[in-house]
Formats: sequence, C-alpha cells, structure tokens
Amino acid sequence: MSSLNKISLSSFSYSYFPIVILFLSVFNEFDFNFLKIEYFSFNFVHILIFFWTLKNPNHLGYVSIFLAGIINDVIVGIPVGVSSLCYLLICLVTAYLRNITLSPNFINDWLTFLFTIFLINSIQIIILNLIFLIEINYMSYLVNSGFTFLFYPLFFVIFNYVNKKIVIILND
Amino acid sequence: MATGRDDFVIAFRSAFLKKKDKQKFSLLTLLFLSIFVIILSNLNFKVIKFIKMGINEVVYRTSFLISAPENKIKEIDFKIKDHLKIYDNYKRIEIELETLKQKKLSNDFLKLENTKLRNLINESIQSEKILAKVLIDKESPFLKSIVLNKGSKDDIKIGMAVVDRAYLVGKVIEVNYTNSRALLLSDLNSKIPVLLEPIGMQAVSSGTGKDYGEIEYTKEEYESKINTEEIIVYTSGRGGLFKPGLPVGKIDKDNVKKINFFSDFRQLEYVNIISYTIKGSN
Repeated sequence: MSSLNKISLSSFSYSYFPIVILFLSVFNEFDFNFLKIEYFSFNFVHILIFFWTLKNPNHLGYVSIFLAGIINDVIVGIPVGVSSLCYLLICLVTAYLRNITLSPNFINDWLTFLFTIFLINSIQIIILNLIFLIEINYMSYLVNSGFTFLFYPLFFVIFNYVNKKIVIILND
Repeated sequence: MATGRDDFVIAFRSAFLKKKDKQKFSLLTLLFLSIFVIILSNLNFKVIKFIKMGINEVVYRTSFLISAPENKIKEIDFKIKDHLKIYDNYKRIEIELETLKQKKLSNDFLKLENTKLRNLINESIQSEKILAKVLIDKESPFLKSIVLNKGSKDDIKIGMAVVDRAYLVGKVIEVNYTNSRALLLSDLNSKIPVLLEPIGMQAVSSGTGKDYGEIEYTKEEYESKINTEEIIVYTSGRGGLFKPGLPVGKIDKDNVKKINFFSDFRQLEYVNIISYTIKGSN
C-alpha cells in the first residue's frame, strides 16, 4: 500500500513538474541581478515552454502557458497579454515542428529555438516600442536572446532526464 | 512543388487548430484571446481597471511569498559582502564622518536662514512621508520597477516621489488598492527634471536601463564646469511633480553625462513615498 502511494506521489510530482516550474519561474522572475553581471540575463521560461511543448505537450497545457504569460506581464509591468502572445507563439512553432519532424534531432531543435526566440523578441519589441511607446534597451534583448540560446543545451539535458522519468513512471 | 506547399499548409493548420488529448482550447483561440486581452487591458473602462487591480493585488502578493527564498539568498549574499568589506568601510566612514560634522554646522545655519526667508515671503513646503515595504524588486532586463505595499487606501497617488532614506529612487506609476508600482530612475522610460548644484543648471535625468543615469537637455557649457567642481544632482521641482531638493546622485568625474545614483536599487527594502504641498501667499 505504502509503495503504491509512493509511486502515485512520484508520478503526480513528475507529471506536474513542468507546470510547477513554469509558475514558480514567472512568479519568482529569476533575474540574477544581485550577481551584478552587466547585461547577463536569460529567459528560462522560453526554454521551458519550448522544450516541453515540443517533447511532451501533454504535461504543459496551452491554458497554463497563457495564464503564466498574464502573470509574467503583471509582475514585470508590461501591458497584459504581451507575454501570453509570445509564449503561445513558441507553442505554435513547436506544434509545427512536431508535425513536420519524423526523426527528432537536437541540432535542428536548437536552431529552431534560436529562430523562435528572435521571432518572439522581435514581436515583443514591436508591440512594446512601436505600439505602446515604451523605451526598451535593444542590447538587453539581444544579449538575453543570446544567453537563452546558449543555455538551451544545459536545460535540455535536465528536462530530458525528467521527461524520461515521467514516461517510465507513467508506463509502470 | 505544390505538394510541398500543401504539406506546409496542412502542418501549419494542424499546429493552429489541432488540440492534444489534454488541451481544452486550440492555439488559435488562445492567440486571439491574448490579442483581445492586450487591447482590453489598454482601454480605460472602470470595470477593466478594477479587474486589473484585482489581478495585480493577487499576483503581487503571491509573487512576494514565492520570492521569499530567493530574497533570503540575496540578503545573505549582501551580508557576506558587507562583512568582508567591514574594515575598509570603517576607515572610509571615519573620514567621511569628520567632514560631515563640519558641513552639518554650516548646513544647520543655512536651513534656519532658508526657513526665515521663506517665512518672509509667506511660503512653506510641507511634505508627508509614507513608509512602504518593497514587495517585489524584480528588475527585468527590460523594465526597472518595484512593487510597494502601499496603495490607494493609504492615499498613494500616481506621480508621487519614492525615496530611499533621503535619496530619490523613482516615482509611482501604478496604484492598486493595497499596493503600487514605482518606476526606478534607472529605467529607460524615466525622465526627471533636475538641478545641477552648485552650478545651478537645469537638466533632465534620464534612465539608461543600467545602474546609472544620464544628463540630458542641458547647455554645452556645463561640461567644462563639471571638470573643476563636484556636481550633485537634485530634483528641481519643475513641473510640480517632485519636491525640490531631493538628492538624486553625483556626476561622474570621468564621464560628465553620467549620474551615479546615491541609492543602490538592488538593495531596497523599505522606502518612503513622499507627497508635498507648497503653501504661499499667492
């Protein structure tokens, strides 16, 4: 009985891992500012959404992603809905990628990720700067995109491990 | 060729409309919903304002609770750094204290003289301070702002100055019922009318997105004066937004456009929100 509980608890915690991490990261907005490294920042949420919607979309629903975007906008202080739109555009790219890919390839995914973050950051800049007339630092966006791209393989390894665990536990 | 285009259309349409087993809405629906929310959140209707305030209240409080562990780590990091620098700081503070003691005497005299002169022209500046705790200080790489635990129920209004000890750190840009958001001076969108003293020149302090500000819209001749004197930047009070004379920062000796803010925006824990009125004979 106790081992059964243990399995159901671990399967529960593993299957909700992406959603929990997504909401923790938007509420907490990890910024690493206290390290005082000029320009250093990366968008963990973009990596998380890209990976999970590509590899295992059943564990990260579109509605959760939409809500996470709303929360992110409220915390960062940008017009509500902008991040939701950007996050959902990542989902759109990954859904398209899933449809056209027969054999997944890490390099392909990584390059598509680069294209995606440039696309959504450009859309965000257009919305904030040209529509809402909010001044933004283009260099910050560029460096942020660069670091997000570079950090993808690291988180890919971690998330892949968790994803395999989820598959194993749910198949047991 | 046509087949390739058909494949693209099919894959794209499927990405937009197809729902996975556990997805309740299609991507297309949610994308439209996002655009609808962006448009809706910028309409100035009362109902939308109240909904927005409600969402802000809940999200800010939740974020404050969830950020607690990270804030603790930050606090420990700052404490360790402070302890490592303790001897150097002590020596520097000792010298500064001696200089300040001397300055205080002449400052007290000037204050009294200033009050007397204001009384002569029947003018007085009255200001009120409201102490507020910083709930969220997530400086995103794009926007620099803080969320405070005082809102409209404490008479906070948009445009009020936010100070850390005596130093200006920003202004209130959004007010909810129990909390508010202040835009920091370092934000790219921050523009504050300032006075450069002792040369007495009006200018605008503009945020750069980094931890320093920039002097804008001033005469060229100030650059030569800065090389010879130490320039302190104060709020000028122009436009009636801020109380005049709030210290902002110091002009950098090596870069005459650069303002080094007095306050460290990464370590804000409690701040004062200031409202003021100038009472005069006219």
